Amino acid sequence: MMKHESIETNAALLIVLTLAAISIGGLVEIVPLFYIEGTVEDVKNADGKDAVRPYTGLEQLGRDIYTREGCYTCHSQMIRPFRDEALRYGHYSLAAESQYDHPFQWGSMRRGPDLARVGGKYSSAWHTKHLIAPRSVVPESIMPNYPWLQDTDLDISDLTAKMKTLKKVGVPYSLTKIEYDANVEQFGEDVAKKLDINMSEKNLMKDAKLGNFDGNPDKLSEMDALVAYLQILGTMIDFSKHDEAEFIKFR
Amino acid sequence: MASTATSPIVSPNEQYNYDIVKKFALMAIFWGFAGMTAGTYIASELAWPFLNFDIAQITFGRLRPLHTSGVIFGFGGNALFATSYYIVQRTCQTRLWGTGFANFTFWGWNLAITLAGIGYMMGITGGREYAEPEWYVDLIILVVWVVYFLVYVMTLLRRNQPHIYVANWFFVSFILAVALLHIFNNLAVPVSFFGTKSYSLFSGAQDAMVQWWYGHNAVGFFLTAAFLGMMYYFVPKQAGRPVYSYRLSIIHFWALSFMYMWVGTHHLHWTAIPDWTSSLAAAFSIMLLMPSWGGMINGIMTLSGAWDKLRSDPIMMFLITSLSFYGMSTFEGPMMALKSVNALSHYTDWTVGHVHSGALGWVAMVTFGSFYHMIPRIWNTTIYSVKMIYIHFFLMTIGILLYITALWVSGIGQGLMLRAFDEYGNLAYSFIETVAFMHGPLVARAIAGMFIVTGMLFMIYNVWMTIAHAKRNPVEKLASATAKA
Repeated sequence: MMKHESIETNAALLIVLTLAAISIGGLVEIVPLFYIEGTVEDVKNADGKDAVRPYTGLEQLGRDIYTREGCYTCHSQMIRPFRDEALRYGHYSLAAESQYDHPFQWGSMRRGPDLARVGGKYSSAWHTKHLIAPRSVVPESIMPNYPWLQDTDLDISDLTAKMKTLKKVGVPYSLTKIEYDANVEQFGEDVAKKLDINMSEKNLMKDAKLGNFDGNPDKLSEMDALVAYLQILGTMIDFSKHDEAEFIKFR
Repeated sequence: MASTATSPIVSPNEQYNYDIVKKFALMAIFWGFAGMTAGTYIASELAWPFLNFDIAQITFGRLRPLHTSGVIFGFGGNALFATSYYIVQRTCQTRLWGTGFANFTFWGWNLAITLAGIGYMMGITGGREYAEPEWYVDLIILVVWVVYFLVYVMTLLRRNQPHIYVANWFFVSFILAVALLHIFNNLAVPVSFFGTKSYSLFSGAQDAMVQWWYGHNAVGFFLTAAFLGMMYYFVPKQAGRPVYSYRLSIIHFWALSFMYMWVGTHHLHWTAIPDWTSSLAAAFSIMLLMPSWGGMINGIMTLSGAWDKLRSDPIMMFLITSLSFYGMSTFEGPMMALKSVNALSHYTDWTVGHVHSGALGWVAMVTFGSFYHMIPRIWNTTIYSVKMIYIHFFLMTIGILLYITALWVSGIGQGLMLRAFDEYGNLAYSFIETVAFMHGPLVARAIAGMFIVTGMLFMIYNVWMTIAHAKRNPVEKLASATAKA
């Protein structure tokens, strides 16, 4: 048997063996997740199209603001399969629902409530008022005021660059006709149009105008984008159309 | 142990590169004060939200990463550079290799933290907990880290001792693991070469796995293995006793290095990741108790035969209390890694309290003890005031105990309220009622932070006066150097 002394007197051996010891855990637990089918559930709508779609340009810019302000330091986006969480927040979160999240924002802390299914729960007018001054609608809230979101114009100058970057890391935004057709196949035509990078600015202006998230149709503010993002959270899968057993097997 | 017996003509200041140790030590104290002050401020924001002042740059969400990076990488990082450069020289009985490279690690590391901190306040963040710096800062950190590895290993290779002392094993393990974690967790594609924004290479569930593999091992290797290295030098030195068990140090070193990497997933219990990863992480978390306590026992038992020092030596009080907190939080950790306990503790302040019993109780305490031992030696003088070390110790201890107790109340209380049902099976409390409940404990926690920052002020004054004293009395300095040699 090898004496430990031979490691203690040989720096190279110490380094090699240490590297081996620290590599195994990650290799065993993480690498398989990229290969095991079902790590991310394949959730389809009745028409056979993917239920979960990438974010629109407006939603993605809103998500970037969510990340920028560090919302994840107090809000989670991951509902666990418990009775109290089901009553409070809704169906537990699926991996599929955050498959286009770069980076993930599951969070680790709930100083405020979970936001994984906050979409559609409140009106956009409520969100705007709440973000500007949380205590005006929830007196006991400890959340900071975010008045600048309403006053700051949304920067859309790098929208195309951002979508192209996200495309590089695997989000199926389309640039070519072939990619667009693939998206029609996967998500349906309505969604495919929203994922077309060539149309991104036009789409964004249209979404903002139609949604009128911040209550001011004349101004494209950061509030528009953030509220658009919050309003889509957790709404892509219609759980009333799915059998519970469909998801259990993935856990 | 290394002895100080060297050629009588060469003073330690010439034999060893103490200049770099001094720089890092002072920066550690600076970041410690800045990071803990930021922590106390954001704790106060939670207790009294008006403190956000509607100023984007100082809202909780932006300042919180400033606090975590400031204390982990600013305070902890600089302290580890300082002590590892000190220890590797003393235990190898050789001068640090590559003075220029070592200086590069100093400027590079502190530049990276400064850039990251300014970025957070401007809203530049990767949005990954404990790895918030954006891609350009990550690249600086990477270069610094490679140079750090180079300096460290080259110094090991020129050692005048056949054996590599146990403290250095831990530092080697720490440097390698952090390199691995940093590289894979920060894989991202920048939006443009001239912009600050990037998007992570991974998404969703895989991204979460990579991030918490990083997140927990930042604790495991940055805040544990490396500080065990610190402990393995300064505890025996201060106690004047050899390490309790050589065999135990071997076993717990390899067990710790191997097992930590498996446990990160316990941060993702009950989330949308495959159950087997979660179970595996829980099992390894329980097993990890043994190597953790191996280190604690080895440290505390080193004092055997010199227990009286716990009464008479405030530096020893810092070191042994740190090991006690280490033992306590490495027991609490595995318990919280059980799925049933985690169901309650996750997403609550219990986790935050647990982190601080480790970060303040173990990491900060062992650093302060080591610094009070090391600083007079590298400046070739004696400490200005022993009494102030006592004061610092008690302010820290009271602060930490108040802190973790407050967050047990806040976290366990909120966890229980959120899962409470009334007699009809409805939720007993709305979410906001739990927030209102937490106000009291959050006030107590902010006050605890003030104790800790006040303790830091005593340390700053004490160290300042010690150095000023050393500079004013070069004759005495020379005399004491001769006496020590």
